[in-house]
Amino acid sequence: MAFVTANWNPLGDAFYRKVELYEMGWSLKDGLRDCHVAAAPYGGPIAVLKESQRCSPSVRPQLDIYTASGMPVAAFPWKSGVVKQLGWTVGDDLLCVQEDGTVLVYDLFGSFKRHFSMGNELVQSHVLEAKVFHSPYGTGIALLSGTFRFILATNIEDLKLRRLPEVPGLQGAPSCWAVLSQDRQSKVLLAAGPDLYMLDTTACTPVIPPGLTPQASSIVHMAVSFSYKYLAFFTDSGHVWMGSANLKDKLGEVETKMKTPPKQMAWCRRPKGQQPSVVVMWEKNLLVAGQCQETIQYHLDEDSVLVPEMDGVRIISGSHHELLQEVPAACEEIFKIASMAPGALLLEANREYEKESQKADEYLREIKEQDLLGEAVKQCVEAAGYEHEPETQKMLLRAASFGKCFLSNFRPELFVHMCRDLRVLNAVRDYTVGIPLTLPQYKQMTVQVLIDRLVHRKLYPLAFEICRYLKTPEYQGVSRVLKHWACCKVQQKEEADEVIARAISVKLGETAGISYSDIAAKAYECGRTELAIKLLEFEPRSGEQVPLLLKMKRSQLALSKAIESGDTDLVYTVVTYLKNEMNRGDFFMTLRNQPVALSLYRQFCKHQEPETLKDLFNQDDDHQELGNFYVRASYQEGKLETRVSLLQSAVDEYNKAKNEFAAKATEEEIRLLRFQRRVEEEKGERVLGCSLHDTLHCLLTLGLHKQAEQLYKDFRVPDKRYWWLKLTALAEKEDWEELEKFAKSKKSPIGYLPFVEVCVKHLNKYEAKKYVSKVTPEQKVKAHLAVGDLEGAAEAAIERRSEGEVSLVLSRCSATTDRTIVDRLNRARAAAAKK
Amino acid sequence: MAAHLSYGRVNLNILREAARKDLREFLDKCAGSKAIVWDEYLTGPFGLIAQYSLLKEHEVEKMFTLKGGRLPAAEVKNIIFFVRPRLELMDIIAENVISEDKMRSPRDFHILFVPRRSLLCEQRLKERGVLGSFINVDEYILDLIPYDGDLLSMESEGAFRECYLENDQTSLYHTAKGLMTLQALYGTIPQIFGKGECARHVANMMLRMKREFAGCQTQVLPVFDTLLLLDRNVDLLTPLATQLTYEGLIDEIYGINNGYVKLPPEKFAQKKQGEGEKDLPTEPKKLQLNSAEELYAEIRDKNFNAVGAALSKKAKIISAAFEERHNAKTVGEIKQFVSQLPHMQAARTSLANHTSIAELIKDITSRQKIPPPLHPGLYLTLLHFSIIVVLCCISCVPPYVSASEAFFDNLTVEQEFMTGVDTDKVNTYIEDCIAQKDPLIKILRLVCMQSVCNNGLKQKVLDYYKREILQTYGYEHILTLNNLEKTGLLKLQTSTRNNYPTIRKTLKLWMEDANEQNPNDISYVYSGYAPLSVRLTQLLARPGWRSIEEVLKMLPGPHFEERQQLPAGLHKKRQQGENRTTLVFFLGGVTYAEIAALRFLSQMEDGGTEYVIATTKLINGTTWIKSLMDRLEEPPF
Repeated sequence: MAFVTANWNPLGDAFYRKVELYEMGWSLKDGLRDCHVAAAPYGGPIAVLKESQRCSPSVRPQLDIYTASGMPVAAFPWKSGVVKQLGWTVGDDLLCVQEDGTVLVYDLFGSFKRHFSMGNELVQSHVLEAKVFHSPYGTGIALLSGTFRFILATNIEDLKLRRLPEVPGLQGAPSCWAVLSQDRQSKVLLAAGPDLYMLDTTACTPVIPPGLTPQASSIVHMAVSFSYKYLAFFTDSGHVWMGSANLKDKLGEVETKMKTPPKQMAWCRRPKGQQPSVVVMWEKNLLVAGQCQETIQYHLDEDSVLVPEMDGVRIISGSHHELLQEVPAACEEIFKIASMAPGALLLEANREYEKESQKADEYLREIKEQDLLGEAVKQCVEAAGYEHEPETQKMLLRAASFGKCFLSNFRPELFVHMCRDLRVLNAVRDYTVGIPLTLPQYKQMTVQVLIDRLVHRKLYPLAFEICRYLKTPEYQGVSRVLKHWACCKVQQKEEADEVIARAISVKLGETAGISYSDIAAKAYECGRTELAIKLLEFEPRSGEQVPLLLKMKRSQLALSKAIESGDTDLVYTVVTYLKNEMNRGDFFMTLRNQPVALSLYRQFCKHQEPETLKDLFNQDDDHQELGNFYVRASYQEGKLETRVSLLQSAVDEYNKAKNEFAAKATEEEIRLLRFQRRVEEEKGERVLGCSLHDTLHCLLTLGLHKQAEQLYKDFRVPDKRYWWLKLTALAEKEDWEELEKFAKSKKSPIGYLPFVEVCVKHLNKYEAKKYVSKVTPEQKVKAHLAVGDLEGAAEAAIERRSEGEVSLVLSRCSATTDRTIVDRLNRARAAAAKK
Repeated sequence: MAAHLSYGRVNLNILREAARKDLREFLDKCAGSKAIVWDEYLTGPFGLIAQYSLLKEHEVEKMFTLKGGRLPAAEVKNIIFFVRPRLELMDIIAENVISEDKMRSPRDFHILFVPRRSLLCEQRLKERGVLGSFINVDEYILDLIPYDGDLLSMESEGAFRECYLENDQTSLYHTAKGLMTLQALYGTIPQIFGKGECARHVANMMLRMKREFAGCQTQVLPVFDTLLLLDRNVDLLTPLATQLTYEGLIDEIYGINNGYVKLPPEKFAQKKQGEGEKDLPTEPKKLQLNSAEELYAEIRDKNFNAVGAALSKKAKIISAAFEERHNAKTVGEIKQFVSQLPHMQAARTSLANHTSIAELIKDITSRQKIPPPLHPGLYLTLLHFSIIVVLCCISCVPPYVSASEAFFDNLTVEQEFMTGVDTDKVNTYIEDCIAQKDPLIKILRLVCMQSVCNNGLKQKVLDYYKREILQTYGYEHILTLNNLEKTGLLKLQTSTRNNYPTIRKTLKLWMEDANEQNPNDISYVYSGYAPLSVRLTQLLARPGWRSIEEVLKMLPGPHFEERQQLPAGLHKKRQQGENRTTLVFFLGGVTYAEIAALRFLSQMEDGGTEYVIATTKLINGTTWIKSLMDRLEEPPF
């Protein structure tokens, strides 16, 4: 077991270990000497730029991008200005901060993406120092300008430059500074000689670290922890001060006996770690300082760079890549020499078991006696997660698996998940992939982000397999990977559109949640319109295709897709677009071929642009609708002449539409209007706009019988209706005499029951009775009932021998007052029943 | 409050809760006090989702109706416009925003589109220069609104007109979207049947949307077995006929809007003994009608002629329940009696209300007045006695006597048409009605009915009616007539063959012996006529449409069947005797009588299928014809 603890070093109560991650695959001439190096956290990529030799501007330095294992990813000669700082964004983009304040953004493969400036003043004053930092709000940049002012941008994706307040009395560059993220804002902490200032957007506040050794006269280096919770200072007296980032508490102070300012300093603290510790690096040595007075010292053979991580520090040198961290508790319990922890015993038991020794049972018994077998399994599983070597992982998992056999209700998830996670981790840690994630880092960044990282590196097959292996929902997993793959594929200029489109459709197939329109948009972005159109064909959501098609000026296609989607709002949108883009003729022609769009546009015009509507009908030779259009228009017109002329146009259109009826009716309307105007002029009665019926009624009640007669003849009003009209009009006027005359004028085409009823309605039973005798036998009963003559009704009903009518009369009779009638009716009914 | 939604076969309260959750989330997005400016059209439908109390809980302090000019003053932080995506409304909103007083403390504007946001409208706001003034531009997806325990409505008034007259399929898109939402909550519906052009279009959109959403299917066990999409124009006849169920008649006579009816107040006067008759209420009485009211749920779907008996039975039960108090001797018994009092009193109020409504309807459908000793004002004081007597009056009178002339004659003509009597000639009753200038809609309903029952009218007959109508009601109605012709409600007979009799016979649309009291067939809802749409539904369940292929071909539009794949493991295992659940969607509207008929089918013992009904809007002949009319105002001279 000795080999596991070989690289352990004790510090206070804890152990520290330095694990080799990779032997670097790169070949650097002078190692990392005189290089700008930027390595992204979470095992991210490394960018290396040889510091330019100012003497010969003709020699262009080379910018190289490597994986964490030193595999080259991209390399290109640096042609822009003097680089002050390199850094990576959270989205794996490389930031190159230039002396003039310009920041150039490259992707992982060294293709230029965009650039932005950190302020014009920097062109003059230059950038003295720059730092790239990460916060919950994204990737930020902080600069120190030549005039010793700080400029800060918290999120470069949403660039808002903040010029921090001036530091009073600051004459030269501060000896050191750092960016803090506190209270949801980014601040700068700087040391100028003996003084320490906190700068935020509004103020510059002097601060004093509690309990800083009096021997120190100035702070020469500082480091912020990964979580922004802790702060460390290195003083000119060689002390390392550690405390909380809000400068309220002191955690410890260690004297290093080194007076030279360090090259780099970084926090080395794991979550739930036993003690805070800081790694300090000089030219040739490395020192770990914790809460106790001792330190661990390492010798450095070559130039190195420290990369702080959430659970340790990575040390990158020209030839090696190592991880320095506090040994996690589970590993310590198991592997510490002479440990009697349950996990250690279980590991031993398994070892004996594999040797087929009965000692296995002894060890196992020992654990079981203390009832700690569950604990032992957990320890082994947990420790496996912290180990880098697959062999060690396997050994621990085997032990856990062995222990599990003796437990009846141990939940399997812990073990299964660990195996799965380790499999993924080992895959991405592989030399060829080069993402040396630890388990806590992996948990922190989530699988989602890991997939993103792999996709950024174009490691599609691996990402795909991981998604499938972890059974990530298609939407978040496989589909996303495939989409990125396809977006990458469309950029392969050398392949034909046809080939690419086919390749993509074959691979993506029916995979759920693929947005073909996103891929097409990418193709269009790369100038491959034809390919984009081909790809859009695969998009099942027609609605999604429309905006891109419009962008590509394929408006006709966009229109048919919008129609296909059924979303009328989308159709309207395309139609409005077309209307603005095309000349009227073409626009109308286009609509003509798309009936759905046409009817929608008609609706739009009906409310918004009536005149256009007319043009539309005209173009389609839709005379019926044109006729309707004129009729509608005539009702919006106040002047009679205009109205008549509009109606005349309607008549013409109806004639063209061969709608004889409508044409005639409209002609009649014109005639009626003219007639009404005449009546108004002659008689001063307001009848204009009334219907023919109402006009007649009006004339009759006014006693203008001659005019009414004329209208009746001119408009060929059916006799029946005219009789009704005259009857009601006269009754309304209570002109009973005229009514009687009218009734006798000739045989009524509507019979005489209406006369009875209308009279009754006007409460004149006397007049009503006059007509009862004239009513046809079928209606006699009704007529008698209408005038309230029960006896007559009864007589008529009995005469007619109608069961229904007898009942009807009966229902009107009151049992008390109409006794005799009721008896009569009942008798008649009984008689009818006998027959 | 909405418990009645959860009693049905399918718990529609889930849908309502989902809608309420969305509403709350939106309101909370606008922090602080707020005022809502309503597109008037939306208040009714929203009432079915949330009452004012919910809005109040989320700091809605004021409500206004959307209109031009300046917004009323309100000390609130947020102004939220709840609007349909209509351009004309955008102009009004723009006016509101522009005329906002700049001097006062600024208010935040938000806009909530119902049921869907619209690029076109946003573009219009942008043109008006106000789009930037809105903090939130959001949509509130409200397609299918739970209306009752087995009923969903989109409350989209213009749907029929848009689809069949203007060829605007917006409401069909919303329908498809609504059905997708429904499927997200209640599982994929494995079988889709349909008849009609619009049905086909909706089904196509649904299948397409399903492809679009592939992969994010919800793993919900399907609640519905079948979806039946029916175009309204497959059955143009049914809505034209006068509905004869209780609820149908209330709707025909007073109109039910968003679940509420407004009634003349006289019969609801709460008169106590000794009080004068002076202060009769003048405000219409507003009642909510749904299955939450036990009595209403019981009688709503009965033929009106059976309502009297039901009410009188109920009256007896209630008075018996009140009599119980005399039997209550021990303290325990009295306590039990008292605990039931609220429920009993509610039942009594409900009974009183419906007795009043039944009387109101009877006044219209019958020429008989209530005999003097039972003046309506008295029955509340003499409750136990008088109700029974009044109801006996309603129920004992034979139907052909009870119908008032107008109502009865109208019904007779309708039934003549439906049975195919003299449909090819000018009808004298219609003629007389026109001559007396009866309401135009009544005339149009009858003429359209004649046309539908005769598969179009002869040129001479058609022109005669049209001319009569134009001369009597005004030439402006030429556009309305044109609309009716475009939708097929009114048409010229093109072939000599009238296939309506064939349809009637094959589908048994006319049942001579309709039993109104104890129905054994759906035809009871129209006292003889079995609604075609419901017959199609019934035949689909058993024996299947294959048996009526010939008739289906005579009806407009294609008929089709589609199947939707269910995710593995979601195939329903039917218990023996468990009924199938079918969602019937009426595109273009459904009548209360049709709903009653479907409920009747659900309740049939050996039916085997239970129905949930969805529609674009609840309609009756009058509202339906009204929606197709073009109203031209006479210009001022």
